[in-house]
Amino acid sequence: MTPAGPGASSTSPETPGALRDQSRPDAVFKWLTAACSLVVIIIMAGILFELVRNSGAAIREFGFGFLTSDSWNPVIGEFGAASSVYGTLVSTGIAMIIAVPLSIVIAVYLVEVAHPKVSAFIGGAVELLAAIPSIIYGMWGLFVFAALMQTRVQPFLGKYLGGLPLFQGPPMGIGMLTAGFILALMVLPFITAVTRDVLMMVPPVLKESAHGVGSTMWESVRFVSLKYGRRGIVGAVFLGFGRALGETMAVTFVIGNSHRISASLFSAGNTIASSLANEFNEASEPIYLSSLFALALVLFGITLAFQTIAHHWVSRMQRLEAGDR
Amino acid sequence: MRPRSRAQRRAADMAIRIAMVPSALVGIAVLAWILWEVIARGVGALTPAFFIELPTPPGMEGGGLGNAIVGTLLMTLSAALLGTPIGLLAGVFLSEFGPSSRIATVVRFTTNLLMGTPSIIIGIFVYSILVLPFGHFSGWAGAVALAILILPVVMRTTEDMLNLVPDELRESGLALGAPRWRVTLGIVFRAARTGLVTGVLLAVARVSGETAPLLFTALNSFYWPGSLNEPTANLTVTIFNYAMSPYSDWQQKAWGASLLITVSVLVVAVLARFVIRDKRGKA
Repeated sequence: MTPAGPGASSTSPETPGALRDQSRPDAVFKWLTAACSLVVIIIMAGILFELVRNSGAAIREFGFGFLTSDSWNPVIGEFGAASSVYGTLVSTGIAMIIAVPLSIVIAVYLVEVAHPKVSAFIGGAVELLAAIPSIIYGMWGLFVFAALMQTRVQPFLGKYLGGLPLFQGPPMGIGMLTAGFILALMVLPFITAVTRDVLMMVPPVLKESAHGVGSTMWESVRFVSLKYGRRGIVGAVFLGFGRALGETMAVTFVIGNSHRISASLFSAGNTIASSLANEFNEASEPIYLSSLFALALVLFGITLAFQTIAHHWVSRMQRLEAGDR
Repeated sequence: MRPRSRAQRRAADMAIRIAMVPSALVGIAVLAWILWEVIARGVGALTPAFFIELPTPPGMEGGGLGNAIVGTLLMTLSAALLGTPIGLLAGVFLSEFGPSSRIATVVRFTTNLLMGTPSIIIGIFVYSILVLPFGHFSGWAGAVALAILILPVVMRTTEDMLNLVPDELRESGLALGAPRWRVTLGIVFRAARTGLVTGVLLAVARVSGETAPLLFTALNSFYWPGSLNEPTANLTVTIFNYAMSPYSDWQQKAWGASLLITVSVLVVAVLARFVIRDKRGKA
């Protein structure tokens, strides 16, 4: 058999498979996998394009006033995003105020204080919470939790904090506060899991040094561990915020679908996602549908902005810290 | 840092410790509560008729959600068939050719963006490309929307799992003269197959419980899914519709469907995580 030199492209039957020139199939392979990975980019570009295209009519009709107008009148065809944006931000804000401190305390407990078996058990329970589909949170929220809010929690808050405009009004069970609570429950597992992972990566040497100079457990967590992991934790909080902004089914069940902006947390409201879920299939007029597309575009823009900020924060911190070490 | 007395510092530490146990219990308590309510309220609805029969007209008792179960299975399966191959190959690109390529960085960033995009927006996107132009809702549109949700997750887990395979394995294959594609598909895939399969299973299970992407694509239906070219019954949108209805029979069926979905998703999630954790420990 004549020895084949490098690069010889003989594909005759005598050439063993290993010597056949595979540069062509390999090139096809690389091209194919590259094409598949470009699909994501095509999809994202497609989403942006379609949202802009379909909201064109509403944007032409209302201009930038769309963002500040709180009217929502399908009858006369006047729409504005303000009540939806307000509801989205407030419900998510409530969720984060509740979930972030709670998550950090739980994560610190799991990493620093709890017995390893307890930690594994509770950690597992928190992960299961994350796996529950959001419509189940909606069902539970509407039929179980809202009833509790109406009969116990809201009257309690109204009685003792009713002086504040936040807690005035009839206890309906559903509304902004309930939606905020349910969102907090949905965001909690994610932030807890990331914070726990971040805390577990703190080198024991750092923690032991802190204890060596006499710090308490909380002091070592606060001044050493949390500082070490703040990049990951802040990134997780941003991402959790971004996810809560777009959460649909759980919120739609309990927020009450009202397009009025009210100072009270007991009142009904709506988020962009809940309005889309409730009204998209009912939109009879073209301007109605186009306004809903414009709402979707606003939500898309907000979540994109949050994720990009989170991404840049994490990579900026990475570069800064790399310089320190 | 203000100088504080030892007592103050100890008090702060104790305060946090006292806050910890109830906080941790919140997680377990809520999980247990939700599972309890779903089981207690849903189990009564899971009669044999529930699985086999069609829904009765509104207000009439009886009937079942057999069509919704079939519809969900059909659409989830179609979505898996659509999204998984693309996701696997894309994950291969990111892992095998990635580190040296700038395109890979952009793709990875975009994948994260897509994962964080609200699923209702993906539903609206598919509505505008697959429902509006054709003038009707369809199970295919629903499957595509679910596939778009599956894609980035499979890409991410595939990349992670392939990165776990040591380079020595690849180099041995290449040293023996195998071409790049053979090394990847025949050797690396085989080494990572447990992780890859569980990653796909996790993504598919998560997607089977999604509602928002189906609201404007597959819609819902009272009939058996004849073809995917028409509005297709499915469990999640049914839960949404039934729960909001005034009929207690429908509300109970919504709980039954919720129980069904919760059990399937949690069982797959628990199994998959069990297997992945095992695998990571060995690798």
